[in-house]
Amino acid sequence: MLLDARGAKDDVWIKPDQVPQVQASHRLVLWEDWAGDSEVQARGVEIPNTLKIGDLLPILGQVELIAIRFGAFTDGRGFSLARLIRAQGYKGTLRATGPLIPDQFAYALRCGFDEVEVPDANANRQPPDVWLRAARSFSANYQRGYATGVNILDQRRLARAGR
Amino acid sequence: MSAAKRPPLPVILLANDLLDGEVVFRSDKGWSRDPGEALIAFDDEAAVALEQAGQRAYANNEVVEVALVDVSLTGDGKPVPNHFRERFKVNGPTVRLDLGKQAVYGRR
Amino acid sequence: MYRYDEFDERFVRERVEQFRDEVARRLDGSLTEDEFRPLRLKNGLYLQLHAYMLRIAIPYGTLSSRQLRQLALIADRYDRGYGHFTTRQNIQFNWPKLRDAPDILGLLADVEMHCIQTSGNCIRNVTADHFAGVAADEIDDPRPVCELIRQWSSAHPEFSYLPRKFKIAVTGALHDRAVVKAHDIGLRMVRDRETSAKGFEVIVGGGLGRTPFVGKVIRDFLPEDELLAYLEAIMRVYNLEGRRDNKYKARVKILVHEIGVEAFREKVEAEYARLDVASINPDPAEVERIAAYFAPPAYEKLPAQSTALDAAMKLNPAFAEWVEINGFEHKAPGYVAVTVSLKGIGEVPGDMTSDQMRHFADLTDRFSLGELRVSHNQNLILPDVKKKDLFPLWQELGKFGLATANVGLITDIIACPGLDYCSLATARSIPIAQAIATRFADPVRQRDIGPLNLNISGCINACGHHHVGHIGILGLEKRGQESYQITLGGDSSEDAAIGDVIGPGLTGDAVPGAIERLVAIYLQERREGEPFIATVKRIGQAPFKAAFQHYVEGLRDHAA
Ligand code: HEM
Ligand code: SF4
Repeated sequence: MLLDARGAKDDVWIKPDQVPQVQASHRLVLWEDWAGDSEVQARGVEIPNTLKIGDLLPILGQVELIAIRFGAFTDGRGFSLARLIRAQGYKGTLRATGPLIPDQFAYALRCGFDEVEVPDANANRQPPDVWLRAARSFSANYQRGYATGVNILDQRRLARAGR
Repeated sequence: MSAAKRPPLPVILLANDLLDGEVVFRSDKGWSRDPGEALIAFDDEAAVALEQAGQRAYANNEVVEVALVDVSLTGDGKPVPNHFRERFKVNGPTVRLDLGKQAVYGRR
Repeated sequence: MYRYDEFDERFVRERVEQFRDEVARRLDGSLTEDEFRPLRLKNGLYLQLHAYMLRIAIPYGTLSSRQLRQLALIADRYDRGYGHFTTRQNIQFNWPKLRDAPDILGLLADVEMHCIQTSGNCIRNVTADHFAGVAADEIDDPRPVCELIRQWSSAHPEFSYLPRKFKIAVTGALHDRAVVKAHDIGLRMVRDRETSAKGFEVIVGGGLGRTPFVGKVIRDFLPEDELLAYLEAIMRVYNLEGRRDNKYKARVKILVHEIGVEAFREKVEAEYARLDVASINPDPAEVERIAAYFAPPAYEKLPAQSTALDAAMKLNPAFAEWVEINGFEHKAPGYVAVTVSLKGIGEVPGDMTSDQMRHFADLTDRFSLGELRVSHNQNLILPDVKKKDLFPLWQELGKFGLATANVGLITDIIACPGLDYCSLATARSIPIAQAIATRFADPVRQRDIGPLNLNISGCINACGHHHVGHIGILGLEKRGQESYQITLGGDSSEDAAIGDVIGPGLTGDAVPGAIERLVAIYLQERREGEPFIATVKRIGQAPFKAAFQHYVEGLRDHAA
């Protein structure tokens, strides 16, 4: 299941193990294949969460989709990697791929992800409405400098200014 | 759990109730809070049956921390775990004898 | 103390509802146990041996009488009428039910409390010097910084799934009462030598547990207003590079140790240099807003000495002893901070009944401006007591068994719950603490022995800080029995040190005798006015080891 902040959506990207029906630019290749193939025409890449940001820099301008693989939902490296990628000015789509849980959805969005792709077994237990509800758990948050949401510190400053 | 990983016989099956956390024992009536009602498995077949009942109950979101525990029998035939850790678990805190199972069902 | 504004209030309420929803999803099976466990831990809910356990945060150890009353109510309504104060300035209830947990969190929210991140692989409850704000040796009150960190770390989008737990402690005093060098990050408030601007010395990679390390300084001086961005840089380096292959090697202390403090510092500084710090740090008005809550109360102008106190001390030696042992110098003349021992002889260290809580809350209102503190030594503190009120306070405390005069002495033992409650334990700790306290109960003898920290943990996780006890006791399992290993020479002060194992493990009943031998060597060897730990440092371990060995052989001969 693929979903973004608005809910479930179709995946237009073709996985390495699928037969391409769409144009080559919507092929999603694994980082190992990308790194080994100088002729890649794909515009999507799936990277391990252990990848160093420095290794990714040369291709940031060429891709439209970066999928970061979460091996386990408890492995939070992908959140920091997403932050580093966004900090480099990457404007394309950022996807979290793996067995994340709905309770992480808001965190993923705030760290700069646009969408999450979870295995079907998880999606069967946790359908899109659960994800959307979980994403709305907090109406505001304390950390400044993260992508989305209402920031409490800035709210307080506004309130002070208005006084 | 393979036979190799199972504790030596006889064994009982204990777990914590998912909703209230209390220690429960597999009995012939399902799960019981009374250690005296624990089913005692004296052979592999009975141990496997206990184990499977535990797995089913875990999958069913009834219990957590399911474990087979090797026991010895007291004079009146009641099971007492051999290891001190599980002995505390079926009794309660040794520093608060007024709390835990020992306060309700007696110390063993 | 800090009071929630509308944002804090809403945040905590939303957290309660979030957890209620998570519990419901666990019960209907949409969250598996493996998925649910980290969520319940981040709300302070463990599963122990006999039941669930709920760990409630007491941020930087500051609590109001109203909050203490609410804890008493929760203890009665949802638990068994008592709570356990821990070495991390939390309180634990040992018998709550999962089904009740959301309602308990609601009752906590009613008094501006929560269990957020008191467990799990995230940034934990921030701890501080328990005498913050009143200590005479203080450079600055660390609590506003702690509150800033508390808010910043709550439900952090990036740092809620770290390799392992992460603990931050702050001290603003010369004398370190917050054990900052045994934390993942320790912050010491300092002033720049030249400009006298305020800032922090940043210490990283301390920790106890299986592999104890004393933290290392990575920044001598970090300007005060740069803190959050610098913390973000440290956390990001750790989140990306901390080991995840082995949970026993996952703390930041191992990363710092493996790559070296220099390399770690370089990574942090490189990340920090890249950050847009202005977008991360709070504006000064926000810092001031928080700090205002911690402004000193309007102390009465009192003479430094109280004639009423002096007279009462002359008349009543037991009272005088309690004042001398449990009193702590206050920065305001005529005031004193009082430590109230939760280590009554033979009691469970750190336990308090709901009746004691209510009574104590009343005394807090009457004698200490309605505010109390929780110390990492598992005691309580009344920070603002007038000297002239000490005698009536002592009398009232005595009525509920709270007037034990043993703070810092050998019976003021720090002990974790051990195998009486904890499912990770390899042996019990509480009965050992009780036996030692009973053995050394004589007040004259305790005072003669003087300051001595004795710490007990029920397993290698070291929740009882045994590594940094002057005498440490670690409960292990040996051949199907509880066995206790003794360490000597640990130190939790600014001279932090890890104790050395002095010999083979003992059975529980042999432990008090062994402590007796160690104390005897000290009494024999000490110089005038020299405390236990100083004698150990001066004469070394050898004489103690020899006496211990002799004792162990005696036990063997006896058994043979
Ligand atoms: C009762 C259930 C408890 C459990 C399951 C538990 C679990 C743990 C574990 C697994 C560790 C080792 C972490 C590591 O080194 O990575 C640890 C360390 C620690 N715990 Fe506990 N603990 C419990 C209770 C307590 C209590 C009651 C206290 C305070 C008295 C406490 C305070 C600490 C401290 C101070 C450390 C060691 C310092 C450090 O390296 O962070 N814990 N705990
Ligand atoms: S030291 Fe071990 S026994 Fe004691 S509380 Fe911690 S985990 Fe439990």
